[in-house]
Amino acid sequence: MPLDGVKNIVLVLSGKGGVGKSSVTLQLALALTLQGKSVGILDIDLTGPSIPRLVGLEDAKITQAPGGWVPVTVHPASTNDGAQRGSLRCMSLGFLLRDRGDAVIWRGPKKTAMIRQFLSDVYWGETDYLLVDTPPGTSDEHIALAEQLLRPATTNPAAGSSTMPRLAGAVLVTTPQAVATSDVRKEVNFCVKTQIPMLGVIENMSGYTCPCCGEVTNLFSSGGGQVMAQETGVKFLGAVPVDIQFGELVEGKVVDESDDESEDGAQPEQKREQKQDEVVDERPLVERYKDCWSYSRFEGFADTLLSEIEGGVAY
Amino acid sequence: MSPSLVAPEPEHCPGPESEQAGQGDACAGCPNQQICASTPKGPDPDIPIIRERLSQVRHKILVLSGKGGVGKSTFSSLLAHAFSANPDSMVGLMDTDITGPSIPKLMGVESETIHVSNAGWSPVWVTDNLGAMSVQFMLPNRDDAVIWRGPKKNGLIKQFLKDVDWGELDYLIIDTPPGTSDEHLSVNSLLKDSGVDGAVVVTTPQEVSLLDVRKEIDFCRKAGIRVLGLVENMSGFVCKNCNTESQIFRATTGGGKRLAKKMGIPFLGAVPLDPRIGMACDYGESFVDGFPDSPAAKAIKQVVRAVGQLVGEDPDTVLPDDTAE
Repeated sequence: MPLDGVKNIVLVLSGKGGVGKSSVTLQLALALTLQGKSVGILDIDLTGPSIPRLVGLEDAKITQAPGGWVPVTVHPASTNDGAQRGSLRCMSLGFLLRDRGDAVIWRGPKKTAMIRQFLSDVYWGETDYLLVDTPPGTSDEHIALAEQLLRPATTNPAAGSSTMPRLAGAVLVTTPQAVATSDVRKEVNFCVKTQIPMLGVIENMSGYTCPCCGEVTNLFSSGGGQVMAQETGVKFLGAVPVDIQFGELVEGKVVDESDDESEDGAQPEQKREQKQDEVVDERPLVERYKDCWSYSRFEGFADTLLSEIEGGVAY
Repeated sequence: MSPSLVAPEPEHCPGPESEQAGQGDACAGCPNQQICASTPKGPDPDIPIIRERLSQVRHKILVLSGKGGVGKSTFSSLLAHAFSANPDSMVGLMDTDITGPSIPKLMGVESETIHVSNAGWSPVWVTDNLGAMSVQFMLPNRDDAVIWRGPKKNGLIKQFLKDVDWGELDYLIIDTPPGTSDEHLSVNSLLKDSGVDGAVVVTTPQEVSLLDVRKEIDFCRKAGIRVLGLVENMSGFVCKNCNTESQIFRATTGGGKRLAKKMGIPFLGAVPLDPRIGMACDYGESFVDGFPDSPAAKAIKQVVRAVGQLVGEDPDTVLPDDTAE
């Protein structure tokens, strides 16, 4: 039985590329695990998988077990300091590639088949939330996802028996500028047509605070996400400004052999060493994420989603 | 020629246009098997028509990136505006992003529709010498989603190349969606005969983006497309209050410059992040015309000159260098 043990499925969608679907997925996942939920991330962006890089496990490989493919574990469940932390595991095509630079040049039917396999052959086990990170657009991957999920999963909370995963809905990610929201509106229409419930809109990259003088600049104008949410009647979850610290958290680890001279001088080198020290420090991603200020925002989003999804339904 | 299918393609479909159509292992039991098997094989009969149609286009430039949202469409529109700044050049801009078209918005022609005449579809003319074509012009409603699978997208791209009456053009700029899939394969196979000058690859400085861009360059190599060069967008940000430059998207692995060096392709330049570019785009105006003295505009002009030179034009006729004076 595909998706056995998965309780809720949340899609992260956006019509536009590069608005931060993958980083929002990861931050939501981290926030949910800090609430004690076990979370899985399924990355179905086949031609541009970002999740392996973001979790810092580019060299990880998928293993095969009797139950199916075993997803890569980012951190296991634990209960230290009295706080319960759920596990975080992820699955991406990036883990199946021989070389990280390899291009996956596939037409639609092959992508559809791969997604079908991801949804049927991965052994997730007991998972409270499965977050699905998607590529931009409304094409093959999305159609495949809708077709595959609407069959074994139900969107109706009342009908949700304990064995059936529930397609809780979709979180839409946008940036404030009109070019992005006009594509995300198309994604809203996609959800309406496929009858996928929409949980809310997150406006990402909403402003940037200059680290030097504190001046807030709206890099990509502002408020676009909120206006779009109002006009399309979708709940607005909130706005997230650019968080350099989170950016460095997922970018900081240098994988390339630093063989050639760094042209910006010595300072970045020091930074890198610092970062590597932290890696040597063996603090898992989730612990380091707690230090980012955007964690508080995503904690709020996770709370909203939890109450929206689980509200009234006892597990 | 793509056959009309009665059902979605099965898993591992060899492709209705391929040599093995109707004969592959996956074809057994497929409702389309008969249709695919009886489709004439061999080179696509539409390719000569496309070649004929595009024979009046001097330069065809692809704008590619494996990553979404790095500024492919923005850069395409800036490139188009810059090329058309010379009143003697005719410029066409084709948007092959079917599910997320941005060009109409960026060019400020969102509400236009396409006119059909004997000669074919007329592109929407933004200025006297700059025409644009996008699926957005064909949608009855601005927010309508185009929920199409690959083959249908390929059909439309073919029509854009075959049926659009571009006329005599000096430059045709082709904006693409992110990834390495149907659209890219189609554009490449349909244009191979007509000859593409090359591709400009756009990236942002951080590794998450470079990772996907590396794949796109790998695609270009496999598909035999010449990479004209790499442009790094959103590279650094200057606070307008205190003039401190900060790296919003940090180049922890050396950014576009190092990638270009490693892959042996020219590095065309780095364009800083300027909120006014986004603003100009939202209002469909030309950023370079609006703020000609900003550092970003100067960087863009340098890139445009470099692209012009790479396709074999004199940079001074493409875009007179006013920064030197």
